[in-house]
Amino acid sequence: MDAVAHFFHAIPFDLIVIQTVNGIVTGMILALIASGLTLIFGIMDVVNFAHGELFMLGAYVGVVVIAATGSFWLGLIASALIVAIFGAALQIVTLRPLIGRDPLNTILATFGISLVLQNYALWQFGPVSRKIPDPMSSHFTLFYLQYPWYRIVIAGLSAAIIGGFWLFLKYSKFGVWIRATAQDRVMAQAMGIPVPLVYTGVFAIGSAMAAASGVLFAPTTGVDHSMGLDWVLKAFIVVVVGGMGNLGGSIAAAIFVSLLESYAAIWLDPSQAVIVSFVVLILTLLFRPTGLFVPTPK
Amino acid sequence: MTAAPLDKPMPLSKTGLSHSAIFWIGFGAVMAVLIVAPLVLPEFWRRFLTEILIWGLLAMSSDLLIGYTGMVSFGHSAFFGLGMYGAAAALLIVSPPNLWLAILFGLAGAAGAALFVAYFSTRLRDIYFAITTLIFSQIFYVIIFTWTRVTGGENGLIFTRPHLTIPFIYNARFTTTTMHWFVLAVVTASYLILRRVTQSPFGMVLQSIRENEPRTRAIGYPVARYKMVSVMLSGLFAGLAGVLYAVQNEFAAPNFVYFLTSGDTVMYNVMGGIGTLVGPIVGAGFFQLARELLARFLGDQFPYLIPLGIIFIAMIIFLPQGLLGFARRWLNR
Repeated sequence: MDAVAHFFHAIPFDLIVIQTVNGIVTGMILALIASGLTLIFGIMDVVNFAHGELFMLGAYVGVVVIAATGSFWLGLIASALIVAIFGAALQIVTLRPLIGRDPLNTILATFGISLVLQNYALWQFGPVSRKIPDPMSSHFTLFYLQYPWYRIVIAGLSAAIIGGFWLFLKYSKFGVWIRATAQDRVMAQAMGIPVPLVYTGVFAIGSAMAAASGVLFAPTTGVDHSMGLDWVLKAFIVVVVGGMGNLGGSIAAAIFVSLLESYAAIWLDPSQAVIVSFVVLILTLLFRPTGLFVPTPK
Repeated sequence: MTAAPLDKPMPLSKTGLSHSAIFWIGFGAVMAVLIVAPLVLPEFWRRFLTEILIWGLLAMSSDLLIGYTGMVSFGHSAFFGLGMYGAAAALLIVSPPNLWLAILFGLAGAAGAALFVAYFSTRLRDIYFAITTLIFSQIFYVIIFTWTRVTGGENGLIFTRPHLTIPFIYNARFTTTTMHWFVLAVVTASYLILRRVTQSPFGMVLQSIRENEPRTRAIGYPVARYKMVSVMLSGLFAGLAGVLYAVQNEFAAPNFVYFLTSGDTVMYNVMGGIGTLVGPIVGAGFFQLARELLARFLGDQFPYLIPLGIIFIAMIIFLPQGLLGFARRWLNR
C-alpha cells in the first residue's frame, strides 16, 4: 500500500491541472489555425503552405494597429479584415491561374508565397520579436499561480469564432455555396454558383481566421518572422491526425495533441516536447492513416 | 516491360546524327567546360561553381522523386544533413581522416534517415507525403539541434578536410581545383547512374506511378515498395551531396538540416525543370547566381528570397516546365 501511496504522491496533480488548462488554451488556438487550413484544403484542394505566414502577418498587423490605436480589440478586427483582403488578392493573383492544374503546382506556389512573406516580415520588422501587451490584466489563482484570465478568454474566443463559422457554413447563403462547391464543383457551377468567387471568399475567410488566431496568440509569447513555420507544422500534424479535410476531427486532434504536448512539458524540455506531436503523427500513420477522429472507412 | 522502342536511335531531321550521338557530344562539351573551368576561374568563383554542383546533386536526387515518381519531398534537408553529420562522425572518430570512410558513413547516415522517412511517408500521397517528409526532417533537426553532447548543437561540428586518396596510387591534400574535379566526378557519376535508373524498367514503373498510381497498382506492381525504394535511392544521393558539402566546407551545421534547405532544393528543381535530371543543376546555378548578384548589387542585408520567391511563383504560373522544360522529352529519351 505504501508503494501505491508513494506513486500517487509522485504525480504532481497541481501541475497536471495547470498543464491541462494550458493545453486546452493552445489547443483552441491551434484548432482555429487548423480549421482555416482544413477549410481551404477541403473546398479548394489547395494545401496552403503560406497559412503560417498569414498567421504571422496577422500578428504583425495587430502589433502595428495596436501601437497606433492602443485598442487590442480594434487591432484584432482590423487585422482579420486586412489579412482577409490581402488573402483574397493573393488568391486572385497567384492561385486562380493554377485552378485545374496539378495540385503539386499550388503546393509549390503557396510555398513560394510563404518564403516571400516571411522574408518581407524579417526585412520590414527586423529579427527582434515584438510584444503585444495583455488586453486584460486580471488574474485568478490556480494553485500557486496567478493565472491570467486572458488565456481563458483566448480559448473562449477561438471556440466562438469556430462556432460562428460553423453557423455561417450551415445557415448563410454563402455558406451553402461553399458546401455545395465542396461537394461537387461542376454541379455547383451548373446551378449558377459563382465558383471562382467562392474560392476567393474561402481563401479570405481562412486568412482571416489565421490572422485572428495570430493576434489572439501574440500576447502570450511574442511576434517574430519565424513563428509561422512552427504553427503551420503543428496545424498540418493536426490535420493529418484528425483526418484529412475533416473539420471536427481537426478540432479534436488540435486539443488532443496540445494536451499531450503540455503534459510532456512537465517532464521534458519544451523544445523536446514537440517530439510528442511527431510521435502521435507517426503512430497515426502506422495504425490509422485515415485519421484518429474519423469513423472507420468502409 | 520491354524498353526496346525507347532505345531505338531516332535520327534528328537535319544533322543526320542519331539522338544518342548528339546527347553524348553535348554531354562531352559540357563536361569539357566544367573540367577546364577551375583552371580559368578565380578562387571565389571556383568554389562557387563547386558548390553549385553540390547543390545540383542534391536537387537532382530530389528530382527522382518530384519529376519521376511524382512525389514532392520537403524533407531532403534531413538526408543532406545526415550525410553531413555522418561524414563529420567518420572524420572526427577515425584518424587519420579518410575520405572514402567519410562517404561511407555519410551514406549510412542518409540511408538510415531515408529508411525511416520512406517507411512512414510513402503511406501517404501527394501533399500529405510532402508534409510528412517536412515533419520528419524537422524531427531530425530537433534531435540534432538539442543533442548538443554529440552533434555540437547550434555550433555544429568542425573538422579538417581529409586527403584525396586513391588507395595505393594517389594521396594528396585537396586544392580547390582537385576538390572541384572530385565533386565533378561524383556528380557526373551520380547523373549517369540516375539517368540509367530512370530509363531502366524500374524507372519506367516509377514514371507510371507518377502518371497513374491506381492503374499501376491494378497492373500488379507493388507500388508501395517501388515508392520506398525510390525515396531511399533519392535519400542516398542527397546524403552524398551532404558528404561533399561537408568535405568542401569542413563543417557540419544544423542549419543545413533545417527546412529551408529542403525548400531551396524544391526551388532548384522547379526553376531548372523537373523530370530532366540536369534541369535541377541548372536551376541551382540560376538560383545561386541570382542570389550572389543580388547580394553584390543590393548589399548583403537585402532579403534575396523576396525577388527570388516572386520569380519562383511567376515561373510556376507562366513557365511550369522550368528553364530546361523544353528539352524534357529529348533528355529522357
